[in-house]
Amino acid sequence: MKKQIAIDVSHISKIYKTEVMETVALDDVSFTIDKGEFVAIMGPSGSGKSTLMHILGALDKPTSGTYILDGENVEKLSDDELADIRNRKIGFIFQAFNLLPRTTILQNVMLPMRYGGVPVEERKVRAQKYLEMVGLGNRLNHTTNQISGGQQQRVAIARALVMTPAMLLADEPTGNIASAQAEEVMSIFQTLNDAGHTIVMITHEPDIAYHAKRIIHVRDGKITEDLKNHVRTVAKKLTHLET
Amino acid sequence: MEIIELITESLQTLIRNKLRTGLAILGIVIGIGSVIALISLGEATQRSVQDQIQALGSNLLTVSPGSQSSGAVRGAAGGGTTLTYEDAKAIMSSADVTTVHNVSPQLSKRAQLTASSNNTNTQVIGVTEAYPSVNSISVESGSFITNQDVLGMTKVVVLGPTTAATLFPDGSDPVGQTIRINKNAFRVVGVTVSKGGSGFANRDDVAFVPLTTAQKQLFGSNYLSNISISAKSAEVMTDAQNQVGYLLLARHKISTPAKADFSIISQSDILSTASQTTGSFTALLSGVAAISLIVGGIGIMNIMLVTVNERTREIGLRKALGAKKRIIILQFLIEAIMLTFVGGVIGIVLGVGFSYVYSLLSQTLFIISPYAVLLAFVVSAGIGILFGWYPASRAANLQPIEALRYE
Repeated sequence: MKKQIAIDVSHISKIYKTEVMETVALDDVSFTIDKGEFVAIMGPSGSGKSTLMHILGALDKPTSGTYILDGENVEKLSDDELADIRNRKIGFIFQAFNLLPRTTILQNVMLPMRYGGVPVEERKVRAQKYLEMVGLGNRLNHTTNQISGGQQQRVAIARALVMTPAMLLADEPTGNIASAQAEEVMSIFQTLNDAGHTIVMITHEPDIAYHAKRIIHVRDGKITEDLKNHVRTVAKKLTHLET
Repeated sequence: MEIIELITESLQTLIRNKLRTGLAILGIVIGIGSVIALISLGEATQRSVQDQIQALGSNLLTVSPGSQSSGAVRGAAGGGTTLTYEDAKAIMSSADVTTVHNVSPQLSKRAQLTASSNNTNTQVIGVTEAYPSVNSISVESGSFITNQDVLGMTKVVVLGPTTAATLFPDGSDPVGQTIRINKNAFRVVGVTVSKGGSGFANRDDVAFVPLTTAQKQLFGSNYLSNISISAKSAEVMTDAQNQVGYLLLARHKISTPAKADFSIISQSDILSTASQTTGSFTALLSGVAAISLIVGGIGIMNIMLVTVNERTREIGLRKALGAKKRIIILQFLIEAIMLTFVGGVIGIVLGVGFSYVYSLLSQTLFIISPYAVLLAFVVSAGIGILFGWYPASRAANLQPIEALRYE
């Protein structure tokens, strides 16, 4: 089977400059991620993993190096083209969920489709489908303030999936939720991965990282270890979840 | 299509965030409402002052006895003994006086009026039939003093509406009834139309009797309190003032105007004083309006800056989810336009309503200047939209990650 490349990062550096000093957050990093991989990027705080995540998410541009996401060269694009890439190719899952407050979960999940120009009639159908998939089909009209942290993160997963992106990019997805709910989130990730989704997850928790099939360690802006074929810890499967 | 979606979403966002929306609208309401109310109150007051002066009669010259340096307008200089009925007749008949339309000699003093059990102390003015046309009053019921009354020294009286109401509180028609002025019986022949004014300037609390009757039978005086003269038009006021002045100087055998034993004040003197007053009024008002515009504008600016800055993270999130800069700026612009429009309409309604209630309570005119409404609306809406747009545009230009991390 010929593997398709989802992410191709070569010689990427990111240097933050202030008037006083320069900080090298990423130092000549290169790696590729194939489609269908579930990768955990690990490292202590200050290691550069967040910077790496921002660059992978097209939220920030590298100082030098090239980044090809799903066949498109990202670092040359304009702001609006980047917005389009984020919309179509990347599904974000943030540590702080970042849902719109006082807004129903259905509307939250429909938001990326509005920016992606999906026809109005289709938006609700799709949003509903993905919310049912994460087990929230009976709470479509709850607002985000009315549900638990774990449920909010599941809404965020549904939101990340609606544009059928090339990659799910999760930044400390379990950092703000209880461990039982973290288990649920990992179970959803593994189910999605089994169905062929590419997932890149940033975390500093080894327990969480062990759910992935590949673990990349980052320290001082450099990759120190790239553990392919990691035997994943299987999360307790939720019966109602299906893709 | 896209714009309709944006409008719907903006509307939903505004409705969902009631407190934030309410505060922003309140800022705009107060900004616009206070400017409209202040300008309206000022203009109403200014117009009231002008109207009261105009109501005194235009083209009016008042000759008062005493020196030129006296600042009295009329009535107050009744003690002087230099003007006579003959002076008045001479002004009317002289061939040298060509610009005078009518002459009304007057002798006024306070006297006690009694009608059965009611009595009042009021200004009794001895007049001729020329009084109504010169002083622009008219009769509500009955008739005014006639030339025959003056020639025959009859004991008839015309009451001002306030005096009539005081003497006949039961509302019965005073015309034909008999009242007593300083114990002399007078027959009431008419009641005048109300001219307004209050306090010392109340022009309805009067009684008119024939000039000759006042001089010979009531007050025992051969002199006049003043002579009111109407010029033929407002343009010839100065000529009329000069012609009357030189005629009286000649009649009183006085060589130089500096030694005149009378003074002539024209309505235009009063009007020019009044317009100076209202001029400073206008300046004051413009100042107040400018200050309230600035205060209102800063209020609007603050609330917009705060609410939009507070949403920098939201802007970051929307960018992360694929919103283009233009869409974000448009959304915030539409929200700002909606806020300022709704706030503006409420502000206009409240400002106009407040002015209306004020005019009812203070019995002044109700004036809304469309210019003031427009100015208040345009400035406030402009500031609201500018400071809704500016921080949104700044946030939309940040890298999404900077906006997401914004505290």
